[in-house]
Amino acid sequence: MEKSNSIINRILKSGLITWVLLLFIWGVGALFYTDDFLPNPLVTLDGAKTLITSGTLWTDIVVSMGRVLKGWSLGLLFAIPVGLCVGNFKVISYVFEPFLNFFRFVPAIGFITLFLLWFGVGETSKVALIFYAVIFPVMVNTIAGVRSVDYSLVEAAESMGASKRRTFFTVVVPSAVPNIFTGARLGLSGAIICIVAAEMLAASEGLGYLIYTSRLYYRTDWIFAGIFTLGLIGFLADKLLRFLGKKFLYRFGVR
Amino acid sequence: MYIKLDNVNKTFGNYKASDNVSFEIEKGKLIALLGPSGSGKTTILRMIAGLEHQDDGDIYIDGKLVNGISVQDRGIGFVFQSYALFPYLTVFDNIAYGMKVRKNSKEEISNKVDELLKLVGLEGLGKRYPDQLSGGQRQRVAFARALATEPQVLLLDEPFAAIDAKVRKELRRWLKDTIDKLGITSIFVTHDQDEAVEVADELIITNQGKVEQIGTPVDIYRNPKTAFVAQFIGESVILENYEYEKLNGFTKRDNAPKAAIRPEFVQVLPLDNNTEKSTANMKGKVVDTAFRGSNVELTIAYDNLEIKASHQIEDFTVKKGDEVYFKVTRLYAFDDDNAYTLINDILKDNPEMYYI
Repeated sequence: MEKSNSIINRILKSGLITWVLLLFIWGVGALFYTDDFLPNPLVTLDGAKTLITSGTLWTDIVVSMGRVLKGWSLGLLFAIPVGLCVGNFKVISYVFEPFLNFFRFVPAIGFITLFLLWFGVGETSKVALIFYAVIFPVMVNTIAGVRSVDYSLVEAAESMGASKRRTFFTVVVPSAVPNIFTGARLGLSGAIICIVAAEMLAASEGLGYLIYTSRLYYRTDWIFAGIFTLGLIGFLADKLLRFLGKKFLYRFGVR
Repeated sequence: MYIKLDNVNKTFGNYKASDNVSFEIEKGKLIALLGPSGSGKTTILRMIAGLEHQDDGDIYIDGKLVNGISVQDRGIGFVFQSYALFPYLTVFDNIAYGMKVRKNSKEEISNKVDELLKLVGLEGLGKRYPDQLSGGQRQRVAFARALATEPQVLLLDEPFAAIDAKVRKELRRWLKDTIDKLGITSIFVTHDQDEAVEVADELIITNQGKVEQIGTPVDIYRNPKTAFVAQFIGESVILENYEYEKLNGFTKRDNAPKAAIRPEFVQVLPLDNNTEKSTANMKGKVVDTAFRGSNVELTIAYDNLEIKASHQIEDFTVKKGDEVYFKVTRLYAFDDDNAYTLINDILKDNPEMYYI
């Protein structure tokens, strides 16, 4: 009795029901329309099979994720140190924050055309766009992390003789880790959203390109397969990131 | 004198946290800064540490003026109310922090940390993280960490506030013994009288940014010098308007219309089986009883007054509504500034009537 209860509980918690429900609604809805307008789940699966066997889906995933990873890592490398400095040093924050608070409301997608103009249609413009999308959530969260440091920890370090510089590296930075991590997660989702938009406009491969060009062949099922893949990749990437965070940053308060 | 504050003032906005604070502390003493919350005791502690800076006045540590010396260089150890342990460092690394700042050798650090862990009774827990320790254990780690840099002065801000009552008593005892053993000059802040009296060699009583009185616990209990101290120390009943004249054995003292009577100053006797006949005895009615663990606090109504008495359970049983004899052995009469101890005139020749 207890055992079956726990199984039901686990199924409930896993969110499986949501997926079953969604597939059901999708399937029923598809009955009323043609496959070109709304392909049912089975047709979509078929389409996905074609994409997988031909290898295009893999290539698109690899290309898209490569761009995301490149832009995301560069974004982190830039945004974390800058965020730490802006959060910690008043003078820097006076200079930097107006700029930050202006541009963080301008979405990356708004810059696509400009970036194509400035960086060309190649990889640079796409990586730059992701970089742009990543840095704002990371900076904002890093700054918040620095500013929410338990001040008694800073005072404790200073009472033991630690200089401002040492306190910054041994107290402020470690205390900001959970916020930085949250910023990195938000940055990753921002990067995935933004790469699709960029690839729709100017690319010859990638998931965004796949979704955008499928309409030319009336392959609505491919569009669905692409959308589904994107969601799955985002979901898995976030899971992986959280797993790694818990494993390696647990001590800093990442849960 | 080892630590000296000379006319120190500190204001936060409109709030005067320190108002001409002056006092001196001998080397090796364990001092309690005692006062109600908002009385400025923590501010004094933080100014000695260098975590806060006075608006004017001088602070000396070991004969040296430290006004311009930052917290890093004052040679103090500070134990924070919330412990302020680094949650991402192990117990070992927390304690080693100050020594790493000083660039001590690895071996030196490791030996010292082991020694300190032994001192605070946490041997073998060096690899744990703070969240794997109990409140009392964290407190001990904070204490060890503050001692690791071998400070000249140890400052503790409400060191027992966050610990549950049972462990607190044990830890107080331990802290006093350990500090005595080390002989380090220590100041701790508390709002708990029992704690201050039990642990400290001397008390500094603060109120509204001012130092009211300095002295040994016994001295302060016996001879409160100011009206505030008379009322603050102990759980006194306050009588107004020379009402204390109604009590047998007390006469009016000019310019001291108020009186504070502590429960310990009131003795209760049963109506019958009572061999003691004294004109100091008054007949009152018990209107309330409150159990206090080792004794019962009785509220006795007498001539429109309500007097509180501490009554030992073993002596005889008293219920609400009973009539009893009681006498007041002493009280503190005071005006707005000064307090005077009045001893019952009838009992004055009787030497057993000495209580703190």
